[in-house]
Amino acid sequence: MALTGLEIYKQLPKKNCGECGVPTCLAFAMALASGKAALDACPHVTEAAREALDSASAPPIKAIKFGKDSVLGDETVLFRHDKTFYHPTTLLIYVSDSLSDDELKAKLQEIKGLEFERVGLQYTIDGVAVVNDSNDAAQFAKVAATVAESTDISLLLLSDNPEAVKAALTPLVARKPLIGAATTENYEAMVNLAKENSVPVIIRAEGLDALNDLVEKATALGYKEFVLDPGSRTTVETLANLTHLRRLAIKKKFRPFGYPVIAFTNNTEPLEEIMEATVYVAKYASAVVLKTSVKAHVLPLMTLRQNIYTDPQKPIQVEPTLHSVGNVNENSPLYITTNFSLTYYSVEGEVETSKIPSYILPIDTDGTSVLTAYAAGKFEPEKIAEAMVACGIADKVKHRNVIIPGYVAVVSGKLAEVSGWKVIVGPRESSGIVSFSKSLS
Amino acid sequence: MSVTLVKERYSSKVGEVVLGATPEQGGTRTATVTVGGDSALPFLHFEGQMPNRPVIAMEVTDVVPAWNEMITKQIGDVINDPAAWAKKCVDEFGADLIYLKFDGADPEGENRSPEDCARIVKEVLAAVGVPIIVEGCDDSAKNNEVITAIAEAAAGENLLIGIAEQDNYKSIAAAAMVHKHTLIARSPLDINICKQLNILINEMGLPLNKIIIDPTVAGLGFGIEYVYSIMERARLGALANDKMLSMPIICTVGYEANRCKEAYASEEEFPGWGGLEDRGVLWEAVTASGVLQVGASILVMRNPTAVRLVQKNIADLMSK
Repeated sequence: MALTGLEIYKQLPKKNCGECGVPTCLAFAMALASGKAALDACPHVTEAAREALDSASAPPIKAIKFGKDSVLGDETVLFRHDKTFYHPTTLLIYVSDSLSDDELKAKLQEIKGLEFERVGLQYTIDGVAVVNDSNDAAQFAKVAATVAESTDISLLLLSDNPEAVKAALTPLVARKPLIGAATTENYEAMVNLAKENSVPVIIRAEGLDALNDLVEKATALGYKEFVLDPGSRTTVETLANLTHLRRLAIKKKFRPFGYPVIAFTNNTEPLEEIMEATVYVAKYASAVVLKTSVKAHVLPLMTLRQNIYTDPQKPIQVEPTLHSVGNVNENSPLYITTNFSLTYYSVEGEVETSKIPSYILPIDTDGTSVLTAYAAGKFEPEKIAEAMVACGIADKVKHRNVIIPGYVAVVSGKLAEVSGWKVIVGPRESSGIVSFSKSLS
Repeated sequence: MSVTLVKERYSSKVGEVVLGATPEQGGTRTATVTVGGDSALPFLHFEGQMPNRPVIAMEVTDVVPAWNEMITKQIGDVINDPAAWAKKCVDEFGADLIYLKFDGADPEGENRSPEDCARIVKEVLAAVGVPIIVEGCDDSAKNNEVITAIAEAAAGENLLIGIAEQDNYKSIAAAAMVHKHTLIARSPLDINICKQLNILINEMGLPLNKIIIDPTVAGLGFGIEYVYSIMERARLGALANDKMLSMPIICTVGYEANRCKEAYASEEEFPGWGGLEDRGVLWEAVTASGVLQVGASILVMRNPTAVRLVQKNIADLMSK
């Protein structure tokens, strides 16, 4: 059960030495209570206190690292509006070891293509789940080796047969794959294999009671690098299990479930599969294994993931430099907006639709929208005029007209004065830009 | 050893709202549609009831819309005829409701008269048996005229009419009250304005079970996280007995998703994004799925293929 900051404080040495990186023991206690610091940072804590605090000081969901920079878990809240979600769902593409050589080659080629760029952000697929459908250990090892050779992204080696996993894992230990799954039948061999090779392992059982038992047994083997699979394979049951696991870990600090969770899709039709996966991305899966690897299918899912894992307290911003839309020329209009990415891209989209090549200058408002920025004094005429000079727009166009958002019409007089440009008040909403642009010529 | 699960006990639930009216109730619908009533977070059947599954309203416009061809080719020739289009949505695509939007009423467009709009509503009502949602145009003064005329012409039908906004709600709320319709109250991605507007409308005398919240959705990739968190907070508020946040929520998913470039830009233009056909469908369907996870009760959609996917997703999530 979680301890409060004060309860933790009582156990600390109260030296206020600051060696943990936090100035006082009380502040450190608060950080421990919220799961944002680890007790190991304190060099002076007594063994007795360590024992008492161990459960309270560990983060509610352990961070599990594997492969190429994949981090699972380490989440602290149930709702993103409570703080934020930290580690975006790791997406792995299912590759069966029953594929023919040609099919495997084509699949790997498709997986390599899963890199996207949109609204200034890069998206890439995280990894491959090699699955031992053939039930043949040698075949599994061979396909795993082929996959590993073809890509440097993270690997999951999945078989219920510890011998097959061992065969595939041994040459690939340096890649630090995630392996699995440990089940009631094989857990000793599978968990020991993971332990010997210092790789994380999936613990799979049918239902939460069985999962709890199996985690306890696996922990007794002296290992803790686990990823949980509650075994459900329907959307609604998986949603329920993911919710139960997250709640028990966060609200009750229930140790056996203090690990990240992996979900597997059940739908076989690719678009239906993506819809199913959106549920797991939104609700608490740390990793999802997907069968489809078609670009047009994976991009929407990755976009949803990016959106949900955006820190609500840190809006995404665009570079506050001069942007151009289309083949700009010396007559191109100049729009002013803010550098809040949502505001900027709404404006950019509408300017693009207007089919008039234009310049857009986002002002650095710390990523706030027009009205918020104005209210906070971050959208002042002097600042806009400064940005106009800094970006050199005067050398790029021969006109001297600047379009400002309708919501800040009030700054037009002052802006005209300090910039020397004619100020045109544009529409209040970006949706008005297309019809507004027709009035420009 | 059995694990003691955490089951939340909430003090209240989302209000239930009935849309449409049968002949016995003063309308002409073959059946009504009830939304809301949830006593837990979405699809968590283990700790509460979800008596009414989320429903899909398909969008029909009075003028031929400038939607991308991936959608219009599925609708076909009936796109010229709102009544036939609505009928196809119900009969072929399984729409639970029709959402009729009068873009043609805009003074900057065709400037269709309020009387003509009312005539089209009557035609659509005659063509389908499902309840109907009606929204006017983006010009708020004209919208008031149009919706008032429609509300009168379809008195007793219990249409869901929109939209009431913070600075323009009185005439439309009055029209809903007088002619027995239900009202959409739209707030601009702001939970405080959402609540305030519900209070204002309620103070005019419209009961809470005649209001549907439109929180203004955003499309996938273009701020859906904002509406996601606002809706999640509103749902938690409703469950904690905040009556002014307890109305069911409508999300104009089709409109927002299809404004996103990813939903209509060709693969030639953006080779890195993959084929447009599936991408466009998923852009709308995933936007819908996102808001379903935080409590959408009515999804307004456009692409018939996306509708089919969302119907399947809802069925998967409602099965026990």
